[in-house]
Order: sequence, then structure tokens, then C-alpha cells
Amino acid sequence: MSSWPILSLVTFLPLVGAVFCLVVNGPKEAVDRNCRSAALITSLVTFLVSLLLWVNFDPTKAGFQFEENLAWVPALAIGYHVGIDGISLFFVLLSTLLTPICILASWEAVQVRVKEYMVAFLVLETFMVGMFCALDLALFYVFFEGVLIPMFLIIGVWGGKRRVYAAFKFFLYTLLGSVLMLLAIIAVYWQIGTTDLPTAFEKLQLSFQWQFWLWLAFFASFAVKVPMWPVHTWLPDAHVEAPTAGSVILAGVLLKMGGYGYIRYSVTLFPEATQYFAPLIFGLSCVAVIYTSLVALVQEDMKKLIAYSSVAHMGFVTIGIYVMNMQGVQGSIFQMLSHGIVSAALFLCVGVVYDRLHTREIAAYGGLVHRMPRYAFVFLFFTLASVGLPGLSGFVGEFLVLIGAFKANTWVAFLAATGMILGAAYALLLYRRIIFGELTKESLKALLDMNKREIAVFLPLVLITLWMGIYPNSFLDPMGPAVDKLIGDYNAALKLARTASLHP
Amino acid sequence: MIIGLEHWTLARPEIFLAVATALLLLYGVLRGEIATAFISVASSIALLATAVLLFVPYREGTAFANLFIADRLTTTMKALVLVGAAISILMSRAYFERVRSWRFEYPLIVSLATLGMMLMISANDLMSLYVGLELQSLALYVIAAFHRDSVRSSEAGVKYFVLGSVASGMLLFGASLVYGFCGGTSFVQISQALLAGKAEEIGTVIGLVFVVAGLAFKISAVPFHMWTPDVYEGAPTPVTALFAVAPKIAAISLTVSVLMGPFKPLFPQWQQIIIAAAVLSMAWGAFAALRQPNIKRLMAYSSISNVGYVLLGLAAGSEKGVQSIVFYLAIYMVMTLGVFAIILLMKRRDIMVENISDLAGLGRSHPMLAFAMLIFMFSLAGIPPLAGFWGKLYIFMAAVEAKLFWPAVLGVLASVVASYYYLRIVKVMYFDEGTEALDASVFSVNRVVAFVSALLLAVFSLAPQPLSVVAAAAAKGLFP
Repeated sequence: MSSWPILSLVTFLPLVGAVFCLVVNGPKEAVDRNCRSAALITSLVTFLVSLLLWVNFDPTKAGFQFEENLAWVPALAIGYHVGIDGISLFFVLLSTLLTPICILASWEAVQVRVKEYMVAFLVLETFMVGMFCALDLALFYVFFEGVLIPMFLIIGVWGGKRRVYAAFKFFLYTLLGSVLMLLAIIAVYWQIGTTDLPTAFEKLQLSFQWQFWLWLAFFASFAVKVPMWPVHTWLPDAHVEAPTAGSVILAGVLLKMGGYGYIRYSVTLFPEATQYFAPLIFGLSCVAVIYTSLVALVQEDMKKLIAYSSVAHMGFVTIGIYVMNMQGVQGSIFQMLSHGIVSAALFLCVGVVYDRLHTREIAAYGGLVHRMPRYAFVFLFFTLASVGLPGLSGFVGEFLVLIGAFKANTWVAFLAATGMILGAAYALLLYRRIIFGELTKESLKALLDMNKREIAVFLPLVLITLWMGIYPNSFLDPMGPAVDKLIGDYNAALKLARTASLHP
Repeated sequence: MIIGLEHWTLARPEIFLAVATALLLLYGVLRGEIATAFISVASSIALLATAVLLFVPYREGTAFANLFIADRLTTTMKALVLVGAAISILMSRAYFERVRSWRFEYPLIVSLATLGMMLMISANDLMSLYVGLELQSLALYVIAAFHRDSVRSSEAGVKYFVLGSVASGMLLFGASLVYGFCGGTSFVQISQALLAGKAEEIGTVIGLVFVVAGLAFKISAVPFHMWTPDVYEGAPTPVTALFAVAPKIAAISLTVSVLMGPFKPLFPQWQQIIIAAAVLSMAWGAFAALRQPNIKRLMAYSSISNVGYVLLGLAAGSEKGVQSIVFYLAIYMVMTLGVFAIILLMKRRDIMVENISDLAGLGRSHPMLAFAMLIFMFSLAGIPPLAGFWGKLYIFMAAVEAKLFWPAVLGVLASVVASYYYLRIVKVMYFDEGTEALDASVFSVNRVVAFVSALLLAVFSLAPQPLSVVAAAAAKGLFP
């Protein structure tokens, strides 16, 4: 099996579907139908192939597996080097899982320019998977930035009323952060003469001053992507205006690019700067957790509320990464995966009622439990998962992060825990206002419960959330050695720097 | 000595082009306007044949008492210029027929201008530099005003002529100062004088500043860019397409070979000027176009900002910098020709339109064209994985290696600002609903150019390596 380039297959398979959608021709209904099916089939096949990665993954190894290394642009020392370890494995799976779900979720919601929509999603999948697999800084940047093109179009073409504003804000904000990272990547290249990541792990020896600036440049990019307070303002706009599936991918995968970037690049390449800047990250994250939770409490728009809750949850993630101990890092990776599933599911829940009523105003709803019991159950399930109910996925990540944070800094743990309480408040408030109460509004009385397609969308997410909550070891075990190595390398680098400064 | 055959064989492509143009001119004068179609195609073929002659057989060396040089860099640049000029002639027919200015002089003047550009690129002496530059400029002044019935076109021609003459005057004045302080006009003499310390350095630097100012005008770098938007907007669109490609590449090549050649010993002095011009061009090209409604003016500002990136590569003053310039220019040419091919297709009820808002709804009415334009715009904005990104990456790599950190930071920030107006075009095409669609497109040269350019860009995006090999080989011309 290992002779097959499975990673490249997973990365580029969606493009096959995209090309098919591009060339298919005929009357509009036939084209739409064919594109939908082609996109769904391609993304499902991609998901199945990506499962092979998990099956064949050796959970005892810390290094990269399924590596492929080809010279791509030798003139600039850029290689097509891909590979995954326990950290990136699940992000790849998350991307390949969410894409078919998104396509299924937009089956009826998207009726205009179906062909272009499917092409955009499939191209987006290629970029997302490629980004998590890339082991070359330039390749990583290509995928990282490439994501912007399809996402810009998805928000701008199929979005809501203020879609143009949101699309531009999303694009320019993220681009502004990323171009600085590009310069930092070039600086790394200049130091070691290649953009190959494993080589950079070995060879890169930067003075503290260099680490300081390069860390900041990477930070500019990832902080916008995560997003961290105060550069999170693009997220609520983008979420509110994006079509449901766009929000799902945004919350499910795109935000994780920031967290993944911190783990894979910032921490490993610039350990001293990481230690130096950890308090900054803690401060920003604690503000994010508490402030955005408070903001979420007063939102009138369902999607905006969930968007702010995403910022708060990602605050946990950044705390976990920068405490740099086993529980913290594992917890934040787990939290990212869990949030990827749960927030995606919550956006899908919003999509279900939005498709029926075409409004996201919380006040327009109420008492849905009487008409839509199945929907009420699913919504409750994911609300509780988001709050962190033990037995569901959200709990494991938050709990591990809090343990890790407690080891590093009690105050950080305390403030983050406050955020959990606030999180329960706004999530349950949202649920109460939409689902419970009397069914008084006329427009709601004719609502139909979830149909089979919608159940098919949610079922895998429900099962995975349970699995992650009940037996998290299936996920924690494969990432263990990689995280262990990450922390070991980090501490070794710090020790080296300390002895170097003692004995100059 | 000048009679020696080797001089003539070295300049074989130029001589071929000159003879071919003269013969076609003769034919046109004898046959009159009927010959226009033939002459237009024939001069494109002559230009392409000249490009072939550059490589078959490939020769390098100097000729005519060191007035003329041919090396890898000049040959590559000439090839780019020739291809750009040939394609822009092919693109022009439909436009000029519509405005009833379809005359056989047009392709011939373009050929003459191209000849001037080739001489410029190959200049190895301040005198031959000036002669080539003037041959090119005079021809271009004429074609800027080629649509004689249009006030705007005439205005563009006059404006270009007056400002261009001032720039030529400055260049000539600078050349005379350099001659006075270095004791020669030949690049070899200047270089030797500077290296040996025989030249009066301050005087030479003052002369150099004037030369650089004259060149900056020709490549429309800030602060000598003022003519660009007006001329680009006023000139007939095919002429604008030509202006954006061939003369720009030729003048940049000239700037590179002057600064990196004879004036290399003064690198610390001119580097500061070039950095300032680069940063200002990138910033001005980005900010000034933000609210621009006219797509031709927008492309003028876009070309200003692109020149800024090229100058950043030049400011690196390294072999990598020159490589990045060649690489960038090749991609720039493909993108620009593609965009102008689409601009030339923008007709409504058979009248040319040139406002960005006229593109509204293009994504629905002309999906293929809109997709090609989308590729051009994201590529111009430098978003990976499109080819424009590789160009910018190359430039910034050169800049960072030369420790030009702050200019590089300003450069990437300017590219974010500039990406706004490229995105705006995508937005108009895809997000806005058009009131009235543009005319249905029929098979035409411009469609072919647009799609071939988009395809080429796609190839460069996925496989930038071959182009970077070419660029690396070209840079060997200056770094043997």
C-alpha cells in the first residue's frame, strides 16, 4: 500500500471532479444534477481514500509518514514534499469528511450556478488537504493562500445581502496577515537555502532577534486565521454572509489552519520566541474567551452568535498550544477537531431552519420543539457538545487544555474556565429562545421536520461526536508520539539556547 | 574594422527586421490601403521570424566598435519584446477597422518601434542607447495618436510626445555629464573609468541621476509616471496593449543593463534611487487605482505598480535579482496581453466600452471569458498558486537576500492594497448582475489570445521551473 502516493491522491482527487463539472454541458437541470452527483461522489471517494491513511497509519511513530518528495521548482529550492504525522492526520480527515457533508447540505439550498459552486468546493478541498499535508514552506503557503480564491467566490457569489463587503473583508484581512508570513518564509529560505520543512527543523538556527521578528510575521498570518482577538472581526461578517456550507468549511477547517500553523511552524521553528511570546498569546486568548463569549450573549443573529462562540473556542486552542505541555497541546488539537465537527454541525443546524424561513434572526423563532422534534434533538445534542458536556467531544478538549493551562499558569486556567461558564450561558440561551417556549408565530406553524437528506447530513457528525467523547483514545493515541516529539524538541531547543547564552 | 562580416551577422535579426519593414512599406505604398491586411499579418510574421533568428543560430559578442552587444540577457529580452509586439499587431485589426483607422502604416510603425527597442536592448554605448530609444519613442508618439479623428487619441499623442521629449532631453544631458566625467560614452570605457577611480565620482553620479530619471520616465516609474494613465486611456486600446508590454520590457531591460553594467561600481549610490522609485511605484500604483472606473487607466496604474516590483528586483543588484526580473517580465507580458485581449472584446451593441462596471454579469453571459479574466486578476494580485505569485516570490526572494527588508515589507503591503482593485474586477464580473450583457463573442484573434494567455499562465502556475531556468540562463548575460 505504501508504494501508492495516497496523500497526493487524496489531495488532487477532488480536482478530477472539478474538471468533470467544468466540462459537463447540456440543459441547466441536467448539468446541475450531474454536477451535484459528481461532486458528492468525488468527495465521498476522496473521504474513503483518506480513511486508508488512518488505517495504514503507524500510531507508534512520531515522524512523518506517507512522505512524497519531488523536486518542483529546483531553481528556487522548492519541493513538492508532503507527509503527515499524528497531528496532521486528523485534520486531513476532518477536511475530507466535511466536504461531502457540505455538498450534501447544499443539495437544495444552492440553486444558482450549481456548477461553479461545486467546482469551488472541490478546489477548496484540494487546497485544504494540501495545506495540512505540505512539508515545504512554500508549498504550504501556496495552499494556505490558495484557499482564499474559492472561499472569496463562495462568500461573494452565493452569500447573503452584504456578501460583497464580507468577501472583501475576509480576503484582504487574511491576505494582509499572510503576506508578512511569506516574507518570513523567504527569510527562512535565505537562512538555510531551502524551503523544505524537515530540513528547516534540523538546520535552522536563528538568533533570538530573528526568531522574534519571524515569529511575529507568522503570528500575523495565523492570528488572523484562527482568529484571535482583536483581529477576529472578519469572522462574524464572513460567517453571517456566507452560505451555510461556506460557514461550515470556514468554522470547520479554515480556522484550524491557524491553530495547525502555530503547532507546525511557529512553535517548532521559533522555540525561543514561542516561549517569549506565550504570555501575549495567553492574554489575547483570555480576552477572546471572555470578551467574545459576552458578545455572543447579546447577538440577535444565530450565525453571528455561533461565529463569536468559535472565536471563544479557538481561544482555548491557542492557550493549549502555547502552554507547551502534553495535555495542553493534545487538548488543543482535540479541541480543534471537536470544534471542527461541532461548530460545523451547529452551522448546519442554522442552515436547516434558514432554508425553511430564510431568516437568521433569533427572535423570528421559538417553540420549534413542537413542530420539529428531531431537529430539536440534534440541535440540543450539538449545543451540549459545544458547551462541553462530559461524554461528548467538546469536554475532552476543553478539559485537557484546562489541565495543561493549570500546570503552566493558574490564572490563565481560571480565566479560561470562566469562559466555559459563559459558553454554557449563551449556548443554552440560544437553544431556549429558538426551540423552547410556545409556538406562537404563524410562520413557524407549517414547518416540516428534518427530511432524510438532512438526517444523512447530521448522522455521521452525531456518531463522531459521541465517539470522540466516549473513547477519545482512538484520536489521542495516534497523535501522542508526534506531540511528544514536538514538546521534546521544543524543550531541547530551549535548553540549548539557555546553555548557549550561559557559555557564549 | 566595422566592415568585418562578424558585426553584421551579430546584428542579423535587426537587419532582417529593418529590411522586411522597408520592403513591406514599399509594397504598401505601391498597393495602397488594400494591402493593409496582408502587411499586418506579414509584419507580425516578420517580427516572429526575427525572434527565431535570434536563436537560430544563437550568437553573442559585441559589434560595431562596441556600440552593440548581444548576450543571453539581451536575446531573451528581445524575444519577449518581439513576441509581444507581434501579438499586439494581430490584436489590433478589429479595433482599427471599427474606428476606420485600419491603415497599413500601423503595423509598420510598430515594427519600426520594435526595431528601436531591439537597438535599445542591445545598446552598449550611450550613443547607441539614445539612438535606439529615440527610434522607438518617435514611432510610439505617432501610434499613440493613430486614431486621428479622436481628440483623446491626439491628446495622448501630444502629451506623450512633449513629456517624452523632456525625458529624452534629461537622459541626453545626463549622458553628456557622464561623458564629461568619465571620458567616454562606451559602457566599457565608463566601467573602466569608474573601476580605476579615474572618473570624478560626484559628477558621474549627477549624470547618472539624469540618465536614471530619463529611463524612469520610459518605464513609467514614480515620480515620472504622470503621463501613463492619460496616455493609456487616450491611446487606441491595441496601442495601449503594446505600450503596456513591448516598450516597457525594452526600457526595463535597458535600465537593467545600464545600471548593472557600466554603473555597477556606483551600485551603493543608485541603489537608493531605485529603492525609492520601487517603493513609490508599488505604493502609488496600488493606491491611485483604488477608485478607478476606467479599466485602461486601471491597467496603467497596475503597470506602474508592476514596474515597482521589477525595480525592487533591480535594487537587489544581484544575479538573483536579474533572474527575477526576467521571470517577472515574462509572466507580466502574458497576463497583460491576456487582459488587453479581453478589454478589446468589451463591446456593447458594437461600440467599445471600457468601464469596469461594463463587465458586470460577465460571469453569467460569458463564463469562459470571465474565467480567463479571473485567472488574470488573481495572478496580477499575486495570489498563489497562480503564476503572478511566483513572479512576486522570486522578486521578494532576491530582495530579502539583498537585505532589503523594509522595501520588501512595504512591497507586500502594497500588493495587498493593489489586490483590492483586482478583486473588484472579479467582484463586478461574478457578484454583480449586469444590466445588459456585452455582445456575444465570435471567434476572433483576441479570444484566442485571451485563452492562450490564460492557458500559459496555468502552465506557469503549476510548472514554474522551465521559465526559471530560462531566467537563470538570461541572467548569465550580466553575470558570466
